[in-house]
Amino acid sequence: MLEIKNLSVSIQDKIILENINLEIKSGQVMVLFGPNGSGKSTLLKTIMGFSGYEKKSGQIIFKGKNIDSLSIEERVKLGLGMMYQNPPKVRGVKLLEVAQFLSKDKKNIEELSEKLSLKEHLNREINLGFSGGEIKRAELFQILLQDPELLFLDEPESGVDLENISLMGGILNNYLRKQNKSALIITHTGYILDYIKADSGCVMIEGRLWCMGSPKEIFESIRKKGYEKCRVCHAPERIE
Amino acid sequence: MKNVGSAMLPKELNSNLENQDQEAISSAGIDLSEKSRLASFLQKDSEISFFRSLSKDIEILSVEEAIKNFPEVKEYYGKNFKLLNREFPLDTEGGYFIRVKREKTVELPIQACLLLKTKGFKQKVHNLIIVEEGAKVYLITGCTATKSADEAFHLGISEFFVHKGGYLNFTMIHSWKEDITVRPISIAYIEEKGSFISNYISLKPVKDIQMYPTAVLAENFARASFNSLILSHPNTLQDIGSRVILKAEQTQAEIISRAVSLGGKIIARGHLKAENKNIKAHLECRGLILSERGTIQAIPEMESDWRDVDMSHEAAIGKINQEEIEYLCSRGFSKQQAQSIIVRGFMDIDILELPEALRKEISLLEEKTLKLGF
Repeated sequence: MLEIKNLSVSIQDKIILENINLEIKSGQVMVLFGPNGSGKSTLLKTIMGFSGYEKKSGQIIFKGKNIDSLSIEERVKLGLGMMYQNPPKVRGVKLLEVAQFLSKDKKNIEELSEKLSLKEHLNREINLGFSGGEIKRAELFQILLQDPELLFLDEPESGVDLENISLMGGILNNYLRKQNKSALIITHTGYILDYIKADSGCVMIEGRLWCMGSPKEIFESIRKKGYEKCRVCHAPERIE
Repeated sequence: MKNVGSAMLPKELNSNLENQDQEAISSAGIDLSEKSRLASFLQKDSEISFFRSLSKDIEILSVEEAIKNFPEVKEYYGKNFKLLNREFPLDTEGGYFIRVKREKTVELPIQACLLLKTKGFKQKVHNLIIVEEGAKVYLITGCTATKSADEAFHLGISEFFVHKGGYLNFTMIHSWKEDITVRPISIAYIEEKGSFISNYISLKPVKDIQMYPTAVLAENFARASFNSLILSHPNTLQDIGSRVILKAEQTQAEIISRAVSLGGKIIARGHLKAENKNIKAHLECRGLILSERGTIQAIPEMESDWRDVDMSHEAAIGKINQEEIEYLCSRGFSKQQAQSIIVRGFMDIDILELPEALRKEISLLEEKTLKLGF
């Protein structure tokens, strides 16, 4: 479904991602681990086509099509979708307006907002005055209405209390499995893995991917030995 | 002055109107069917074309006829200008007279339309609006031009009198075209516990507007509020301000504006003057520049002769954050749709104190006009 070949990306002439190779198959859920600042969000934003992320080399192929020249909305129309780690506040635009753009099904909007305790937020400007948990739930709300084929989830659990992680994780796992969706989930705490069943995992350190394997095993190794150990441990297996 | 009687006028507002008249009048928020209004007035160039009141509590007619029929009206003519030692043009023709009777609440809005129709015509009107003690009224005025009114000019003098405990909610919609020059001059006088709310909307192109309406809070507990939504098109100038003079104690004023430049120049002025103690006043101007050639200049002014006052202002000008556009694009909006939805949100009609009866209409009108503007 998504194939990334030899991708290198710079931001303001500074190389952030180097020679990334990655493949996500249809229906596959992959977890991307990595310390803060390792380039995980840069990878997602580059695939989405955001400005400021300059592709130096490589290819991004989605559903067999090279998407390099496509605008963000064209990539979205093709089936990509992203749940932000830190979305901007959008003054003047109400959550309901975006929801109604994403789905014509009023009942679905109502039920999902109820489920995610966002009913009272529908008529509020997006993310303005929202708490950390509310921001994440609003992101999840939008991405589920958007219903992409491949979901990018950027640190879905960061800044969220356990109760919210449980609520969101349950809804997400249900959605991914029932709809046979593909996903790439960024996490550095790994809490979300208690709720979402992932098929594979990989680690990003300093803009490079270092290994690919069982997400639980990788996470256990990171938890016990940290990322530095992970790099040493998996050095021979670095993906290039 | 020209006397205009009602005998010769059509029975319905919608009678004898050409298509281009109807189009222009509707674009300025006027209900041609009159179904949602309690009184209507229409002036084309200098000709009084229609006036009718459907309520015994409202008098509506041309200002000339009102002066002729009601001796006391003469006292009001020019009164607010004398109060501020200001001169005013005397070469006016027409304008509306509206009076709402004491203690009466007018449930549906009153509407008045000033239409420019003839090429190069200089329309000069003088309006008088009197809200008697304890009366409550919504007034919507649409000022507009047909396609034929090239290079025309509009001067609109308005004097508002809100007597003790009265309430006037005045919505003015400017729906001009790119070669029209406009000079409104307004003064409102508000007595004890009276309220004057002015909502101003200008979204269509206009060559040049200069206006600086003033409200005088003459007696205790009076309140004034000026709220404006301004969209500026390339090669246009909109020099638009609002002034409130807080003469009495415990008076309150608010000036709020949202300005968007698509390439034209907007000067957003505001002036709050405290001439007594224990007053409260706030001024807020926010501007968004969408074109590299656009200019917004915010000039907020506050003056006080007293220590015990609570006055504040905030002003912010900027462009749309790229991150917000891309965020909406990542939900599937095109760049243009994202920009449009952000601008529509910025030009939020909730900053206006619109009555429920007008809210939906104005919202639809704004949506339609903004859609055409992008």
